Amino acid sequence: MALVTTLRRLVQNSLREYSRKASAVTWPTKQRSFSVGTQPLRSDNKVTVNFINRDGEKITVKGSPGDSLLDVVINEDLDFDGFGACEGTLACSTCHLIFDEEMYKKLGPITDEEMDMLDLAYGLTDTSRLGCQICLTKSLEGMVARVPESVADIRQTKDGLS
Amino acid sequence: MSSCSPKVCIVGSGPAGFYTAQHLIKVDIYERLPVPFGLVRFGVAPDHPEVKNVINTFTQTAKHSRCSFYGNVNVGKNVSITELQQAYHAVVLSYGAEGNRSMGVPGEDLAGVYSAKDFVGWYNGLPSCRELSPDLSCETAVILGQGNVALDVARILLAPIDILKKTDITQPTLEALAESQVRRVLIVGRRGPIQIACTIKELREMVNLPDTRPDMVAADFDGVKEALKDLPRPRKRLTELMLKTALEVPGEKEQERRSKASRTWGFRFFRSPVEVLAEPGHSRIAGIRLAINKLEGSGDGAQAVLTGEVEDVSCGLVVSSIGYKSLPIDPSVPFDSRKAIVPNTMGRVKQAAGLYCSGWLKTGPTGVIATTMNNSFDTARSIVEDMESGTLDMSAAKPGSQSISALLEKRGVKPVTFSDWEKIDNVEMKRGESRGKPREKLLTVEEMLHVAWT
Repeated sequence: MALVTTLRRLVQNSLREYSRKASAVTWPTKQRSFSVGTQPLRSDNKVTVNFINRDGEKITVKGSPGDSLLDVVINEDLDFDGFGACEGTLACSTCHLIFDEEMYKKLGPITDEEMDMLDLAYGLTDTSRLGCQICLTKSLEGMVARVPESVADIRQTKDGLS
Repeated sequence: MSSCSPKVCIVGSGPAGFYTAQHLIKVDIYERLPVPFGLVRFGVAPDHPEVKNVINTFTQTAKHSRCSFYGNVNVGKNVSITELQQAYHAVVLSYGAEGNRSMGVPGEDLAGVYSAKDFVGWYNGLPSCRELSPDLSCETAVILGQGNVALDVARILLAPIDILKKTDITQPTLEALAESQVRRVLIVGRRGPIQIACTIKELREMVNLPDTRPDMVAADFDGVKEALKDLPRPRKRLTELMLKTALEVPGEKEQERRSKASRTWGFRFFRSPVEVLAEPGHSRIAGIRLAINKLEGSGDGAQAVLTGEVEDVSCGLVVSSIGYKSLPIDPSVPFDSRKAIVPNTMGRVKQAAGLYCSGWLKTGPTGVIATTMNNSFDTARSIVEDMESGTLDMSAAKPGSQSISALLEKRGVKPVTFSDWEKIDNVEMKRGESRGKPREKLLTVEEMLHVAWT
């Protein structure tokens, strides 16, 4: 797959703008703080996120508090096949991520609506969440999120409830 | 590595077609209708607009210079698969499932009986279903099948018009639903609650549907509570929600809401259709005869076995939602008529070099868009593998769309380009705006072509 630049990768680049706009429309606007006078860009206002991709590689990126993990994947142009198909609207399970127990507990409550879609994810675990529903805070600094396989290894597709 | 540029084309522009295209370098997509997107446009329910967000990524793919869309081209009629194979190194069949499984019972052809495929096509503006005009003047509708499509049909029949009128449901459907007398919908399955095929999101939507109340048969749920503990989480949550809806005594507020509801819906289990009954001396439906089953075995593998008893249910509308079905479009393509798929191994069509398939045509008509996405990525992987290994013969240069376009022109067929589609898209969105809808769909091929080429 690395040998060729497929349409998908080229699409992902132009889709970044699209999704950013789509996310902005879907989610309530973030709080804006007004300050008097100019302030230098605070580089420590970022949260480090580590993704383990499907090849087992660790990818370290930064996101801003308030960004969802889907936002981070899109903004950082991470190449996860088919991630975020419904653009963060709880209509699919393709942004499925797996956490370790400790981190999972820090992620906060899960709604019925998220669980309904998560239930369809391949390889569901007790510490699974949908990336579009996890919003970054400083307390999640250094988090590790594993991107699971989206189909059975034997290259046979199954829908979630089979 | 071959020195000539690989020419690949895809037949069908639904999710399967587009997701396959995304993993290829250069590709032409052929589509029978003037409009793209297949079941995303014609299958996904109007009140599920978020599911249609995938159209954004498909649009980006189509507009990329490496992808060319050719609408209004009927493969099998305007051009054959053999001709495509002469023009391209690889041809991918992604044309889905346009037929439906029939119940195979007497009375199936009576007025008032519809396949879910046609009913869904009707409310979603599929040109071939425009004349369906289902009669909604009866009180009770019976839906056979309990998958997500069955629940979509039930929801569209019972949802408040105020909700539906803000969706992209077609205007004629909206008008028909505004006059509808349907007040009770039964969703019937052969087996029991634990075997139900729908998913929890759709069930929750029914439970929360305004102005409706659930109406279930408590006895259908005997033994279900006890079986809960052994179920995997997704099945467990779904079953728990069903049990709660069917058996739990509701709180005061919910009780009040239910008593005010003007419409009812409910599952009926352990029932198979045996005959659609006509009004004596008429060719209209009066009811449906259902055989009563019992279950042998448990879990997914449980089988429905006839008991010999039957039960008649009066109704004026029957929608059979027991599965879509792929059809063969070209005699040169191998087709397994028992499974109704193109026989293949990981997307490689058996005994047909250079021929691939993806989507429902490959695996059968089940699964959500994400399922098709994985399935299509898989086929693309097989194609790329074959190109790299030399299994796919690319020693001879192929003409690609050049020769097909020439053929089509000679045959008087004018393809619709993606920018032509965008004109249709803009007209639909504009028309929808004045009605508070995301779009007002054009309902005939003629209208679509007129807008495309003006």
